[in-house]
Amino acid sequence: METAIVETNSDFEVRSLDALCINESELQHPWYHNIKYLFAGALFGIILVKAEIISWFRIQEMFRLQSFHMYGVIGSAVVVGIISVWFIKKFKIKTIYGEPILFHPKKFNKGQIYGGLLFGFGWAITGACPGPLFAQIGAGFTVVAVTLLSAIAGTWFYGLLREKLPH
Amino acid sequence: MNLVEYIKQPWPWYISGPLIGLTVPLLLIIGNKRLGVSSSLRHICAACIPANIPFFKYDWKKEAWNLFFVVGIFVGGFIASTVFKNPSPIKISPTLLSVLQQYGIHDYNSLMPSDIFNWHALLTAKGLFFTVFGGFLIGFGTRYGGGCTSGHAIMGLSTLQWPSLVATISFMAGGFVMANIFLPFILKL
Repeated sequence: METAIVETNSDFEVRSLDALCINESELQHPWYHNIKYLFAGALFGIILVKAEIISWFRIQEMFRLQSFHMYGVIGSAVVVGIISVWFIKKFKIKTIYGEPILFHPKKFNKGQIYGGLLFGFGWAITGACPGPLFAQIGAGFTVVAVTLLSAIAGTWFYGLLREKLPH
Repeated sequence: MNLVEYIKQPWPWYISGPLIGLTVPLLLIIGNKRLGVSSSLRHICAACIPANIPFFKYDWKKEAWNLFFVVGIFVGGFIASTVFKNPSPIKISPTLLSVLQQYGIHDYNSLMPSDIFNWHALLTAKGLFFTVFGGFLIGFGTRYGGGCTSGHAIMGLSTLQWPSLVATISFMAGGFVMANIFLPFILKL
């Protein structure tokens, strides 16, 4: 029994490396419970397209300081996010399954600077961050599927070289 | 103007930004999940090509929700560009327009310039740079940095995590350098 617990923990440790989005839910649900995330993703995708966040032009405008649009989007999203998280903490709001909502602090490492810079290059080149990649393909820019495959390859090579990179 | 016609127009930042912000509590409340997209790329690696690399040796099925979420983004992209398609060409800043015209970009009908992003251009030097090389940097950089715009800039800043602020500043800096220094040179080729 004890070994089982240790294994679960080590699995959690590996999954939580280099990721903010850690799944802490202890509950086991049948797979179809995940369908709600499909709907959440669809709403997110619709917003990404309708706000033109998936547009290469909007990203160039942002980095060339030629439009306020993207700054308005990200800024107001962060403000609403901060208020929402404050609300959840203040009123100890629980999930729909009755679990407490937990927050874990993220540890700093130098990868956030090096990796951040590299991702910034990629963002300006393709006009997409990972979310918009999926939305662009859905919106009919089929060649972006190549960009997505290449991004998966990039993630894989990071995994391969991880031990050798400065963090 | 009926509702659908209204939705078809591009959404202003003060509508879309707060809606994106609300994704944060939505995912927390429906299942204690943290908004983040780039992790999905890692789960795909773990599911398809783990190759005995420790970084990919974990139970990706526990993170399956993230894969449902990105499939949802794909579906949302499809819905937004069909049912709610904006009938007008994209409006871009006149300064950017005049610069891009000099670089030989002439397609301003949709959200992406087909001069660069299309299957015919894929195997040219520019096509490889913009689709293949750019994509590689997204995948490598987001995992090295521990997240992307959603995981760091939106979710990380919403929970007031300073490492996420460092990451956000870093990827904004990378974008500024690429867009202003390297891209003008590359687009001229």
